[in-house]
Amino acid sequence: MAVFELKEALPPPARSAGATGWIRANLLSSPLNIALTLLGAYLILTFLPPLLDWAIFSADFTGETQDACVSGGACWTFITNRLPFFTYGFYPEPERWRVNIGFLLLAAVMIPQFIEKIPGKQWIGLFGLTGLPILVAILLSGGIFGLESVPTDKWGGLMLTLVLAFVGIVGALPIGVVLALGRRSQMPIVRIVCTTFIELWRGVPLISVLFMASVMLPLFLPEGVSFDKLLRALIGITMFQSAYMAEVIRGGLQAIPRGQYEAASALGLGYWRSMGLIILPQALKLVIPGIVNTFISLFKDTTLVLIIGLFDILQTVNSSIVDPSWNNVATEGYVFAAFSFWVFCFSMSRYSQALERKLHTGHKR
Amino acid sequence: MSKTPEGSGGGAPVVKPPAYRDPRVRAIAFQVLTVVVLVWFFWMIFQNTLHNMESRGITTGFGFLDRAAGFGILMSLIPYDETMTYGRTFIVGLLNTLMVSILGIILATILGFLLGIARLSKNWLIAKIALVYVETLRNIPLLLQIFFWYIAVLRSLPSPKQSLGIGTSAFLNNRGLYIPAPVTESGFGVVLLVLAAAIVGVWFMARWAKARQMATGQPFPTFLAGLGIIIGAPLLTFLVLGVPMSLDYPALKGFNFIGGTRIIPELMALLTALTMYTATFIAEIVRSGIQAVSHGQTEAANSLGLKTGTTLRLIVIPQAMRVIIPPLTSQYLNLTKNSSLATAIGYPDLVSVFMGTTLNQTGQAVEIVAMTMAVYLAISLIISGLMNWYNKSMALKER
Repeated sequence: MAVFELKEALPPPARSAGATGWIRANLLSSPLNIALTLLGAYLILTFLPPLLDWAIFSADFTGETQDACVSGGACWTFITNRLPFFTYGFYPEPERWRVNIGFLLLAAVMIPQFIEKIPGKQWIGLFGLTGLPILVAILLSGGIFGLESVPTDKWGGLMLTLVLAFVGIVGALPIGVVLALGRRSQMPIVRIVCTTFIELWRGVPLISVLFMASVMLPLFLPEGVSFDKLLRALIGITMFQSAYMAEVIRGGLQAIPRGQYEAASALGLGYWRSMGLIILPQALKLVIPGIVNTFISLFKDTTLVLIIGLFDILQTVNSSIVDPSWNNVATEGYVFAAFSFWVFCFSMSRYSQALERKLHTGHKR
Repeated sequence: MSKTPEGSGGGAPVVKPPAYRDPRVRAIAFQVLTVVVLVWFFWMIFQNTLHNMESRGITTGFGFLDRAAGFGILMSLIPYDETMTYGRTFIVGLLNTLMVSILGIILATILGFLLGIARLSKNWLIAKIALVYVETLRNIPLLLQIFFWYIAVLRSLPSPKQSLGIGTSAFLNNRGLYIPAPVTESGFGVVLLVLAAAIVGVWFMARWAKARQMATGQPFPTFLAGLGIIIGAPLLTFLVLGVPMSLDYPALKGFNFIGGTRIIPELMALLTALTMYTATFIAEIVRSGIQAVSHGQTEAANSLGLKTGTTLRLIVIPQAMRVIIPPLTSQYLNLTKNSSLATAIGYPDLVSVFMGTTLNQTGQAVEIVAMTMAVYLAISLIISGLMNWYNKSMALKER
């Protein structure tokens, strides 16, 4: 009598498993696919080796002047020499430690937000939105506590970019919340005012807002009152960004089910308490990724201030590449500036995506 | 809270709350307050502006639009010279803005759809190349990209004498791109007429084909036949009439090119940067739109026996477009507004010509800023109105 014996399972066919299988499935599955692979390989082989050669293998990194750039590749010497200017602008050299402390404080507030298990990180975040801007403003502009006063036209570079972006977001968030609540208000006049405000700002380009802030704002003010250039740009950016922020927050408010509003009313909570305790905490948590995305676009938009004559990081690069003691460094300068922006924006967008995935679990329907 | 047996009795007298606790009274009071504050605020601004303009000797009103401008503009779609009015500079700038926006929208849509489909490609290499492109370019500010193309690439091209030839009739140098210009001769109007006639004819053919399919179930290759007629008929007329068009080739004379059409480097840089930047956002929109159509739809279509092309055309694309259209609209609006960055490199768009040079010359800040902003607002409202209308016609018809 034949005894049933289980045979050893055969390994999967070599053509459909392991590296070979992966290549067959993902690169060579059909004639079209093979053609696409060849196209992709052609693109990579045409562009990547010259790029790497220019940027790394035949580039110069050390030295002091143009003469150090002899090997024909990128002249990173230019960047390393101008790095202080790109970071601090015209901020006086002996006072730059103050900017460094500002950077450190910003990092100390930001980094805990990216780490899971840090106790009280919402308090650190709250400090970042309230106390930190005041502290850093005092630190940077000086004039009291024996700190030497540094006028804002000396601010520049990465520092100015960060100041613009940070103040923009800190200012835009509360105004955006108020506008979003106003747009969903039961009171017709409040609703019309808020909707008009939001749509007006969203309908015009930021550059015309900045022009308006720099040309028309002085006309609006009573005689004798004047704002400096940086403050005018900050007002323009904050107004512009708060309209976008309001729309993001409105999205969150609309996502909260009616039952929550009704439950809050049933508990006897008034408007402000039901918003502050029930609706906004849920709505804001829902739209954190949207807020981060708004922040990313704000961060990129800060470059526009160079058009009204502020020295942000892009303008420091612009003014350095025309320096006659260096020639043909435009590409290096722009690549450096692009990389600085890319690092900030890419890490923020990754953060927002991770947050979206984390927050998504609770709201799947 | 203390427990009061209020509701249990039933005979307790209803105490009317004081007026200031009545929500309706509060709402009215709050709105009146809002209006008063706003009116006061704008009145203050109005008074200050009048006072400030008076003390600086600026006249108000739109009279300046009729005065001679006295400055030249790099590029104009309509005849323009220094003797024309400031009002004319407004039109020139507006047309330049519209031109770069429309070109940018067309190019960015094509590139964006290609990239979005490439992101979803089964081919790993192509998908990764598209991913790297999207993640790199969308995280770099647009203004920086414009400067890069303008200063680092186009301005460091060789001078006209050492132009880079593209083929034998197009030349690229630091003064721009020179391409052959078409010159129409008599008889070309007939070709255009035939083209119009072909379009009308194809429209009727499509109606007939649809009616026949509804009645008999027999499909008709409307798309291929229509394409054939629209391209074929004018082409045939063109050839029969003996090619009533010639090309004006650019030629090097002395230090510069004569003839042909010149595309200024400012336009090229702006258009390249706008296209490449906006395409990354469109790619992400297209990708998420296609992914939003559930696979069950494709499977259902397959089980009904539809071919792959038909499935895509009738099932997947209409549903994906429903997700794609609203964010795509806002990207088109962004592109239009971003075209104002032209002012940084001196492309003569509305902001650069009107809000820049004209404002500096006349000092009429309030009028000029208001006019410019009104234009952008109008464009925004028109595009979003059109797109809302289209969106409604595409929206899910629930029964």
